[in-house]
Amino acid sequence: MTTFADQALEEQIAQWRAYVRRRQGLHGPDVEELEGHLRDQLAALTEAGLTGDEAFLVAVKRMGNLDALSREFASEHSERLWKQLVMAPDADDQANTSYSEMLVVLGLAVAAALAVKVPALFGIPLNPDDDLPRFYVRNACLFVFPLLTFYFVWKRGLNFVSALWLALPFAAGAVFANIYPFHTRGDTEFLTALHLPIALWLAVGFAYARGRWFADGGRMNFVRFSGEWVIYYVLIALGGGVLTSFTFMMFRAIGMNPAWFVAAWLLPCGAAGAVIIGSWLVDAKQSVIENMAPVLTRLFTPLFTVLLLAFLATMAWTGSPINVKREVLIGFDLLLVLVVGLVLYAASARDPQAPPDFFDGLQLLLVVSALVVDGVALAAIAARISEFGFTPNRVAALGENLILLINLAWSAWLYACFLRHRGSFAALERWQIAYLPVYSIWAALVVIAFPPIFGYR
Amino acid sequence: MDLSKDLVAASATPLVLAILAEGDSYGYAIIKRVTELSGGHLQWTDGMLYPVLHRLERQGHVAAKWSASENGRRRRYYRITREGRAQLAAQRQQWQVVDGTLRGIWMKECPA
Repeated sequence: MTTFADQALEEQIAQWRAYVRRRQGLHGPDVEELEGHLRDQLAALTEAGLTGDEAFLVAVKRMGNLDALSREFASEHSERLWKQLVMAPDADDQANTSYSEMLVVLGLAVAAALAVKVPALFGIPLNPDDDLPRFYVRNACLFVFPLLTFYFVWKRGLNFVSALWLALPFAAGAVFANIYPFHTRGDTEFLTALHLPIALWLAVGFAYARGRWFADGGRMNFVRFSGEWVIYYVLIALGGGVLTSFTFMMFRAIGMNPAWFVAAWLLPCGAAGAVIIGSWLVDAKQSVIENMAPVLTRLFTPLFTVLLLAFLATMAWTGSPINVKREVLIGFDLLLVLVVGLVLYAASARDPQAPPDFFDGLQLLLVVSALVVDGVALAAIAARISEFGFTPNRVAALGENLILLINLAWSAWLYACFLRHRGSFAALERWQIAYLPVYSIWAALVVIAFPPIFGYR
Repeated sequence: MDLSKDLVAASATPLVLAILAEGDSYGYAIIKRVTELSGGHLQWTDGMLYPVLHRLERQGHVAAKWSASENGRRRRYYRITREGRAQLAAQRQQWQVVDGTLRGIWMKECPA
């Protein structure tokens, strides 16, 4: 095959190549082979006296219909329609960087797994017989989040010295998780374990957004990252569950009990390492496969709307009040978290410029019905709050309910404006991402202030 | 005279194998050889040869490798394998059966 002196012809070939490359069934080497054919054909045609343009037209025509061709290639190589996740990328020039990244990721994952075992060296073993290893539960996120932050600092090419301030939140987290004299089985200790990851996730987000939290849609990307990360983590956890059951089955078959190994090594180390691996998968593959969180959002928004409406209708019909038990408040908190998540991930996948459509109306209906349901539940709880008294759990749950309620109420308002063409969708998106730090600040407040206020109960 | 699509598709495998049995070759040269052998009657859409070659490669009838061509760019050369030759022999027999049958009936019809 030939390279042509005719610049215009070379440009046409380049355009053709770019066009062919976009076909799903065709891979780089196929395109190269076809391009070689085209060049041979062009050489023969120009030799026969055709001009560059004429030769190009004839050669492309002889190559045939590209749709049919890529269909043929696709049916011959059907495996290519399934995007491969961990397989090597086809661009050779990127192979080196992704190889070194693989090493860093594996190193960090192993480091995270080993970090879980470090306290054991200092006399705080992870005892499988404890029903709740208190030290580990309190500090769970501190084993991995700093490493995850380090990964993003490295990945984004941040200056390590100037990124040192990112260590501050983790240091503070470690202090507040460990200096307080928590009572055994105290609520405040449990609240700390629950809220510390939420507070520190913001620090991870700063590293993820290259420290430019306020620019370039950095926050929205972090929201997208978080959703995908959860999905990857669940998938990895499912695989881990299968591995664990096989470990039990096989070693029991030869009369050994692997429980101590699973509880002290496999589960904690695997859970820590999977955080890093999951993050790497999300970050490396964000363009490879479609994001799942928005797909799940589309799927479940109508279903949850139906659930909420059916609940309200049933309650109105039968008149049966909400049976206020201990977990009810937390249950309704979770419902609001879920609705906020649905709103957030619908926003993350939406083109802010597009006009309102049916799905936006559905979102508004979901938000409003969630507000009504939560209002009914809060009324029921408020009526009996004196009876319960203020325990740390209840104050935390009430605070969270209030935070989510404010978010959703304002979101509903913005949605309504948008649907009546009185506002833009971007306003809703801005509101959602501007609200993100509120969750972390509240979580930090719970970690820092609640234990002393409630006497470490 | 245009051959029907089905006939072109059915004859592609034995033709490609037979051309490769003459010697190693590459896509463009194979097409040229087909046109030459058929006196221009057998017109393939150029692109469609490549899925056929890739299928033959997957089935193990041909082997392919990239090597430099006379003007510097890489080119993918195809070579017939032992299984390919066996396949070619089998296809040849089948075509001879078809050919013989058709000849038999047409000779009777018009004994020109």
